[in-house]
Amino acid sequence: MVKVFIDGAPIEVPAGSSALQACEAAGKEIPRFCYHERLSVAGNCRMCLVEVVNAPKPVASCGFPVGEGMQILTDTEKVRRARRAVMEFLLINHPLDCPICDQGGECDLQDQAYGYGSGVSRYEEEKRAVTDKNLGPLVKTVMTRCIQCTRCVRFCTEIAGTPELGAVSRGENLEITTYVEKALTSELSGNLIDICPVGALTSKPGAFQARPWELKKTDAIDVMDAVGTNIVMQVRGGEVKRIVPRVNDEVNEEWLSDKGRFSVDGLKHRRLDRPWVRVHGKRQAVSWQDAFVAVAKRLEGVAGDRIGAIAGDLCDAESMTALRDLMSALGSENIDCRQDGAIYDLSDRARYTFASGIVGIEDADALLIVGAVPRHDAPVLNARIRKRYLAAGRGGFPIGVIGAQPSDPTWGYEAVGDGPAALNGLLDGSNPFAAVLKAAKKPMIILGHGALTRKDASAIQSSVWKLAEEVGAVGPDWNGFNILHTAASRVAGLDLGFLPGKGGRSVAGMLKGGVEVLWLLGADEFPVGEIGPDTFVIYQGHHGDAAAARADVILPGAAYTEKSGTWVNTEGRVQQSFQAVFPPGEAREDWRILRAFSDVVGYRLPYDTIESLRARMASINPVFAGGVALAGTGQAAQGGEIDGAEPFRVPVQSYYLTNPISRASETMAECARVYGPVAAIAAE
Amino acid sequence: MAGLDQTLRAFLLKEIVSGMASTLKMMFKPKVTLNYPYEKGPLSPRFRGEHALRRYPNGEERCIACKLCEATCPAEAITIESEPRDDGSRRTTRYDIDMTKCIYCGLCEEACPVDAIVEGPNYEFAVETREELMYDKEKLLANGDRWETVLARRLELDAPYR
Repeated sequence: MVKVFIDGAPIEVPAGSSALQACEAAGKEIPRFCYHERLSVAGNCRMCLVEVVNAPKPVASCGFPVGEGMQILTDTEKVRRARRAVMEFLLINHPLDCPICDQGGECDLQDQAYGYGSGVSRYEEEKRAVTDKNLGPLVKTVMTRCIQCTRCVRFCTEIAGTPELGAVSRGENLEITTYVEKALTSELSGNLIDICPVGALTSKPGAFQARPWELKKTDAIDVMDAVGTNIVMQVRGGEVKRIVPRVNDEVNEEWLSDKGRFSVDGLKHRRLDRPWVRVHGKRQAVSWQDAFVAVAKRLEGVAGDRIGAIAGDLCDAESMTALRDLMSALGSENIDCRQDGAIYDLSDRARYTFASGIVGIEDADALLIVGAVPRHDAPVLNARIRKRYLAAGRGGFPIGVIGAQPSDPTWGYEAVGDGPAALNGLLDGSNPFAAVLKAAKKPMIILGHGALTRKDASAIQSSVWKLAEEVGAVGPDWNGFNILHTAASRVAGLDLGFLPGKGGRSVAGMLKGGVEVLWLLGADEFPVGEIGPDTFVIYQGHHGDAAAARADVILPGAAYTEKSGTWVNTEGRVQQSFQAVFPPGEAREDWRILRAFSDVVGYRLPYDTIESLRARMASINPVFAGGVALAGTGQAAQGGEIDGAEPFRVPVQSYYLTNPISRASETMAECARVYGPVAAIAAE
Repeated sequence: MAGLDQTLRAFLLKEIVSGMASTLKMMFKPKVTLNYPYEKGPLSPRFRGEHALRRYPNGEERCIACKLCEATCPAEAITIESEPRDDGSRRTTRYDIDMTKCIYCGLCEEACPVDAIVEGPNYEFAVETREELMYDKEKLLANGDRWETVLARRLELDAPYR
């Protein structure tokens, strides 16, 4: 620790801190444009000038390390004059188009010009103009507004790992560009919009639609992947206008994947807004009561084991609890939340979650990825892997991969193999990467759904577990055995035991006529075509996707923005989100639909409020009330034979189109068109 | 003595005579009343009457959907929706003023960076139903087209004091 004096007040800061960090610690506000906590220091905007006693001129505090006894003055006339001068230079070439700029109202330059600028301009010469660049369907550019802070360049290079942006020319002619015109390929490109201090990079799909001051903000959890990114939904006029990330250092830092940010327009299209019942092959719009009666009539006389339920990838834990209770009341054990047919080792919670935590990646010193493509499965988590990879320096964080990866996973890796056969090589030590894992103090293994959705998944899991034990990845003080989920609802489903009970059927068993009545809770990602022709299908969900087209009864539910719900991310972190808008038309919150339906079939679910439903969830698994999670909710993985020849498949086939919301989104469709299917990238 | 004085005044009709004298005097002074619908009083260039949305001389609408008027309106009478027009410029798709809410404070006009929304000199826009007072963009632009010469002159006169 070093003692410094900020405006005369002493404060202790860690050695090596910059003067800016010391000032922040002392609660002094230092204006800045180029400095960002999560990026490297550039020191090119000069806005953070402070006075250091005995220094001949003002210093840029962002890049100036503190020394013992240093005296820093942040608010003297000299500093104020220097800031005014810097601001005047910045504004020389910045256009006065705040009224038509989407950043207006949340613009750093606007705010700081107001706070630290001089208020008048003496500049009468020509301003420069820069041609706008086309950065693809997500990021809109107005390059004349750019103040060359290079935050975007550093973000692309350091965080996103796709060094596609750069600066050409010098001085007044400096331009930010992609060199050759191309769309940004990063799945984190939306963060450029947040990180740009001015209006040079703004949202293309959301252009000109809302002003920051007219948006009502609601905290929520992103459900587009299983990371559980903390988000803020910004609402205007009963419509979610945009979604931005919320800082949570343990989960997403301050990033959000493009799918989570730009899928919002999917919430406006293809919505189910009233109940439908198929009568004589034709669907008719009906009232809630008629829909319930139609379902109840069909259920009459159907044996419990001929009824089944599948929960989709976007379900909240509340609705899954209600459906689980309803099914057990109907005498059915056929419930499943694993649409993709994944097999988990449910004997221990640490074996079906990302046990080390996302933060744990920063402690790991070697990584083996088995059947996962973090860049597409969980872009925000991938940024954490890249952060670790960069922090460790060259060769400091060896990454081995079994299975396919996109041409640029954003970190360097060693291809260990393409299928489970490589696991044997690691186990018997014949593969050189085995020695790397063994030498590591905190090795980490990420097991993805490329491996877990195979028929031999339980055998693979046992052998990966064995490998983890052998290399010391699982121990009392370090658990590096991690499952990377792709579905937001999955861990909650596993925690709640939304799984086939004794003698119950799994998803595959319910298809092809395995059950007579099938209740789909937002489930669209399983082979819908394989549902038996005589099966009566009830679809409860928010989008008219594949399963709704097959359904005999449609019960309109609420999307994640329209209900207060609990989600459990891949780490097993229980997070709650709040309702931002009301569901469209006659659609209702999903657990309320199930509760209301339970009355019609004569079994009343014992909860009338969301609080009592949450109490019920906590009684199933204490983890939902912040308690210690149940050790396990199911069976251990069964061994079996590994099919060594078949390579791991890519878990997420098309990153931009993975769920009903993103498939209904025009922006995501455009992205899928521009960027092409992921499989094609992987094959390059 | 006082009684005699009063009696004399009453019999000599003093009040009536002085009143008629005043009437006679006024008959030869200039009139101050206006024959309203045919005659109108003078208006300050700052008079805040009915709203109008102006256009540029080339016919392009001025409003750029910055929403500053909406934000500043103390009565929350203005509602704006915007999106990019086909040529990529920022325009309103909806610009409504609820004239029954409006308090004619003129803050919208002051907030407007492009002199698009103005309060014109027209105060004769009484209508028979409330609905007619919900002005939409079309109505406001039509107002602007109708009053443009007067509006431009007003702004010019007031410019030195802005």
